[in-house]
Amino acid sequence: MIEFRNVTKRFPDGTVAVDSFDLVIPSHKTTVFVGSSGCGKTTLLRMINRMVEPTSGTVEIDGEDVAAKQAVHLRRSIGYVMQNSGLMPHFTVAENIATVPRLTGETRRAAKARALELMATVGLDASMADRYPSQLSGGQQQRVGVARGLAADPNILLMDEPFGAVDPIVRAELQTELIRLQRELDKTVVFVTHDIDEAFLLGDQVAILAKGAERLQVGSPSEITEDPADEFVAAFIGAERGKRALRVKQTPHGPVLVDAEGRTQGVLVEGGA
Amino acid sequence: MDWVSDNLDLIGSLTLDHLRQSVIAIVAGFLLSLPLGWVAWRYRLLRGWVITVTGLLYTIPSLALLMILPVVAGYPATSETNLVIALTIYAVAIMVRAVTDGLDSVDPAVRRAATAVGYGDARRFWAVDLPLAGPVILAGLRVTAVSTISLATVGILVGVTNLGYLFTNGLQRRIIPEVLAGIVAVALIALLVDLLLMLAGRSLMPWARSKTPARRRASAGAAA
Repeated sequence: MIEFRNVTKRFPDGTVAVDSFDLVIPSHKTTVFVGSSGCGKTTLLRMINRMVEPTSGTVEIDGEDVAAKQAVHLRRSIGYVMQNSGLMPHFTVAENIATVPRLTGETRRAAKARALELMATVGLDASMADRYPSQLSGGQQQRVGVARGLAADPNILLMDEPFGAVDPIVRAELQTELIRLQRELDKTVVFVTHDIDEAFLLGDQVAILAKGAERLQVGSPSEITEDPADEFVAAFIGAERGKRALRVKQTPHGPVLVDAEGRTQGVLVEGGA
Repeated sequence: MDWVSDNLDLIGSLTLDHLRQSVIAIVAGFLLSLPLGWVAWRYRLLRGWVITVTGLLYTIPSLALLMILPVVAGYPATSETNLVIALTIYAVAIMVRAVTDGLDSVDPAVRRAATAVGYGDARRFWAVDLPLAGPVILAGLRVTAVSTISLATVGILVGVTNLGYLFTNGLQRRIIPEVLAGIVAVALIALLVDLLLMLAGRSLMPWARSKTPARRRASAGAAA
């Protein structure tokens, strides 16, 4: 469990990125911070592994204040996946994945074995182990990034817009993979995105944020869709005129659901589960 | 060209002297420039000072430096140390800037990523910053190497023997082939050292030239 307690972050230039933020992030679930750019969501994420230190308030992992831990050790114990992969251009794929095991003192051989194992987990062919990141496609680089994040088998995985820079088809693929991985690995995932569809697809808990990391609404995708906190949230998730604004249309074969664009999204069935 | 074939032994031993003096200065200059370049890169306030002062060293006329250094440091002007130290100073003048520029060339996002996955500061410098600065530093080192080898010939004017001897001796005795042999020998060892540095760079930094359009090939390997 990760807990933000009254966390504020004021940068030296005076901007308040996060203002008195409270949130409990449950273990073994995926929590998504979603909001437009500059809302402070990445700052929140970086406070978990002390890439950013809060000006006031505390961030706790399982009841322990992260500020009490040594930053370097804390970071090695938390997986981190970032936009544009953040891979080391001078390390091969296997060396990139093995970064944290090597930092924590595992032998070269054990780390390499671990890297190959993880490549299989994230769907990368073992023949790529000795390539350099610049020789991979964007989607492959992100897979390497995810594998690196998982290498030390951390309980927590932080993901900062990891699929933001890949094309929509590859993004959909990576999202599906992440859902599959999460089902297998059962990590506490904290995911940052500005894409509400991605948030609803991946999140067990979704926090919709406004400037200064103001909590507009926190809940499961169903809770938010069924009961948006205000008009802004309703508009943001597209409940009024977007793809989540569905209406019933009668057809000779029974009622169907049609979105605001007029596209049929599904068939209305009675009863069921 | 008779002169050359009659004096191959002389040319050979002068070349070895020349190479030894130059290589020591190049290596020393490189090693001194790493901490200086790092300081200039790390501390913004010192940057202007370090870069300007070391850069200005290059404006000192070499003959003057070779005559002043022995007076200041107390060793004989004709000693090899005198020339090596002077050449080291000029090497530092070029290399400090190259080291600073090299460290500047490292993508801040990569640096941040390294910190985020758990590199401590010192370890990150050796494992990430310095290797990634490598291509720019190597470019500076190659310029330094060639210019040091060429500059070393001035040593003969204060009595330090190397390939420069072929110039002064050839000039005094009006033996043009001797002067030409000197020029060719200097150019050859400069090219040789440059080639060795280039090859060393390739084997130490294989990633630096792997930015080939390999995406097509790579895409066969996995779905994404």
